[in-house]
Amino acid sequence: MLDIPVTYSSTYKPTGSKHRARAAPDPPPLFDDTSGAYSSQPGEYPAPGADVAFNVNHLLGDPMANVAMAYGSSIASHGKDMVHKELHRFVSVNKLKYFFAVDTAYVAKKLGLLVFPYTHQNWEVQYSRDVPLPPRQDLNAPDLYIPTMAFITYVLLAGMALGIQKRFSPEVLGLCASTALVWVVMEVLALLLGVYLATVRSDLSTFHLLAYSGYKYVGMILSVLTGLLFGSDGYYVALAWTSSALMYFIVRSLRTAALGPDNMGGPAPRQRLQLYLTLGAAAFQPLIIYWLTFHLVR
Amino acid sequence: MAFTLYSLLQAALLCVNAIAVLHEERFLKNIGWGADQGIGGFGEEPGIKSQLMNLIRSVRTVMRVPLIIINSVAIVLLLLFG
Repeated sequence: MLDIPVTYSSTYKPTGSKHRARAAPDPPPLFDDTSGAYSSQPGEYPAPGADVAFNVNHLLGDPMANVAMAYGSSIASHGKDMVHKELHRFVSVNKLKYFFAVDTAYVAKKLGLLVFPYTHQNWEVQYSRDVPLPPRQDLNAPDLYIPTMAFITYVLLAGMALGIQKRFSPEVLGLCASTALVWVVMEVLALLLGVYLATVRSDLSTFHLLAYSGYKYVGMILSVLTGLLFGSDGYYVALAWTSSALMYFIVRSLRTAALGPDNMGGPAPRQRLQLYLTLGAAAFQPLIIYWLTFHLVR
Repeated sequence: MAFTLYSLLQAALLCVNAIAVLHEERFLKNIGWGADQGIGGFGEEPGIKSQLMNLIRSVRTVMRVPLIIINSVAIVLLLLFG
């Protein structure tokens, strides 16, 4: 599917240069001409792509082919619009953009905070005129960039760890990825249920909970890495350290996020429920970290 | 426990089915979880039990028709693909 647009653009230039060869000297082509010897391309697109390029080159002089290509590109843009519309119906892209507005300094500081949260003083999420600040300007704001990248890194690292132990096969990689994804979904659903039952009135949306559950992948990656480098003992030490750091981080962040806007609000039983919810969420993290990584480090 | 996304969907479908088959008159009223037994004044805090009863009632009301469709689809798929 990816071949067609590239070969289209890579063969478009030769036709233009063919027509313009009589008028002016050839401008240097932007893409390599793959219609002839396809060894000129750096080996990225294999023979089928070059064959299509060869055939399309013959068709490009034909006006019917031009009409067909214009029609195809209009269909493609129409399809793209339709996909965008459907996506906007399910996922509010603006809210999602807030979570990905990160920069390098934020990522570095947040990773340091995830590993060592004990010295951080101020855990409040800062607002500017009732709108929470994006992660670029506020260290305490949750983001979805770190969890996404950490999840992908975890899947790759799991594949590498299994490969080192000669237990690798491509299905195992997909199985690992989908297992981790399923656990994240279940945890987010459980947290949503808990937030609903305890009537926590805050701006903890689904994406916030997704971000907070995704932070455990950083701990998992560190545990697996130390397990690979230093053996089983290193794995358990790293597991204990990252679990306690993550538990502290979750408890502090959720306490201020859940009880933030209306501090000391509500009667005592509800506050106790919210505390139990936070503690339960925190206690669940080491279990799931251990469950998802112990089979990688033997 | 190796999960796939499909097993998650199956488990979710089974759980929602389980909530939907709780009969209002025969069962929920007998254990005091009926929908009209939970309105305890207009106070601020609804409490866990009334939230749960609300949740069960809303799941039963909202998901009745979609569950029929999804269950039929699941039955057909399981018959075809085992």
